[in-house]
Amino acid sequence: MIELRGVSQVFRSRDREKVVALHDIALDVAENEFVCIVGPSGCGKSTLLRLVAGLIEPTRGGISVGGVPVTRPREDVGIVFQKPTLLPWASVLDNVLMPLKLMGRPTAQARPRAQELLRMVGLEGFESRLPGELSGGMQQRAAICRALIHDPPILLMDEPFGALDALTREEMTLELLEIWQRRRKTIVFVTHSITEAVLLADKVVVMSARPGRIVQVLDVDVPRPRAFEQEALPAFQRIAGTVRALIFSNRRLPRDA
Amino acid sequence: MPEGSNPAVELDLDDGPGALSRALRAATPWIAVVVLFLLWELGVRAFRVPDYLLPAPSAIWTETAAIPGAVWGHTWATIKTISYGFLLAVVVSLPLAVLVTASPAVANSIYPLLVLVQSIPKVALAPVLVVALGANEMPRIVVTFLVCFFPLVISVAAGLLSVPAEYIELCRSCRASRWRELWRVRLPYAVPFIFSGLKVAITLAVVGAVVGEFVASDVGLGYLIQSSTAFFKTPLAFGAIVILAVIGIVLFQAVVTIERLFFPWSVSDDRFRG
Repeated sequence: MIELRGVSQVFRSRDREKVVALHDIALDVAENEFVCIVGPSGCGKSTLLRLVAGLIEPTRGGISVGGVPVTRPREDVGIVFQKPTLLPWASVLDNVLMPLKLMGRPTAQARPRAQELLRMVGLEGFESRLPGELSGGMQQRAAICRALIHDPPILLMDEPFGALDALTREEMTLELLEIWQRRRKTIVFVTHSITEAVLLADKVVVMSARPGRIVQVLDVDVPRPRAFEQEALPAFQRIAGTVRALIFSNRRLPRDA
Repeated sequence: MPEGSNPAVELDLDDGPGALSRALRAATPWIAVVVLFLLWELGVRAFRVPDYLLPAPSAIWTETAAIPGAVWGHTWATIKTISYGFLLAVVVSLPLAVLVTASPAVANSIYPLLVLVQSIPKVALAPVLVVALGANEMPRIVVTFLVCFFPLVISVAAGLLSVPAEYIELCRSCRASRWRELWRVRLPYAVPFIFSGLKVAITLAVVGAVVGEFVASDVGLGYLIQSSTAFFKTPLAFGAIVILAVIGIVLFQAVVTIERLFFPWSVSDDRFRG
């Protein structure tokens, strides 16, 4: 479904120095696969997501979605950003419908679907509220509904739960699993939580920083449906341990202990 | 019950220390104004200041109220000049700000012109405009427009450009056209900026109208001030100044009210600025 071949991304910093954000990335994501990208900050995982989304173009290499090269954003992709980025002047319902409005599609028929999505994430009755009246977790739920409104087969999520408190985060992780179970999609999910990655993913992509590159791709053979209780399973522990070891062994920071 | 409508009634309805202090707080500015005018009146009477130097409030009132028809005519002329000039500024500056922010090329070509126009003192321009546009209300409206449109363009442009990158990314990921991006995201985002520009502009519009009337006019409060001071009818000039102040306050409050009514999310929304 999603293919990256020899993708490199070089940015120029303000003092005209070259910064290699991504170096020679090769990655395949199968249809309906849930892939988590884990890595330390600055490893270019968000850049990778933006490349797949077509928001930026790679310096080198090629990206294709469904066999078609990505040159600009596609309408069959939904994106959830780290911040909810809801428009503060529009109601929750209008925010969920916003992608359709921005695409210039009619929204009248999509209203029941938007309401159904909001019901699914527990935001029934909040349709006419403004985003400012919602908690951070509720805002991010609405943002997920917004990404799903045009029923995209591909969902790209850039640390969507990163700004939430630990409890809300766990709750949202389970909700996302449920959404995915109900309606399968290809999901690329960027996170820096190892537990989150192992719990969610079919495949965990471990990245290292400076330059950002893929260290290893691990298959997660923990049975589904998943829940937090599985954290205690040996299989879960083994994968989480491997991911942790990979991330920390590639760190070029001085060790404290 | 709206605050400050009638302190006495408010006290009767819910008497308590909260209601009393609230009523007091609402009344304080009014009390201050009344005290100031009282002191003024007393001072002028006590020191026998001549009318043509500093008239007492009572003198201002009697002289101004003596010719209600004429005063109203001048007031109406000034209100018209302010309104036309201000509306013209709004109509011109919104599209201009959109143009300036649309592309760097357009910005580079228009911006120096804007700065050039802004750096010309409008008072200096007024007599030239009279020659060019004739001795009618046009030069006054144009001066008003020139005085208040620049801050409006700048604040609208600033609003359009300060849209966070995430919102623009959202638009791009949905492949929104520039027009939809402008209409759905950039313009609504800029509303608080537009209103802060409008508040500055409406205040300046009053200044612009009076400047226009000083230079060439036979109507308007600016003209009334000039003609009455020429004959040492200082109380009447003061009356015109008070009316101008009232016009300024009322128009400013009108802009504030429009923002509160139609764009409630724009008023002091911290999350929005963050």
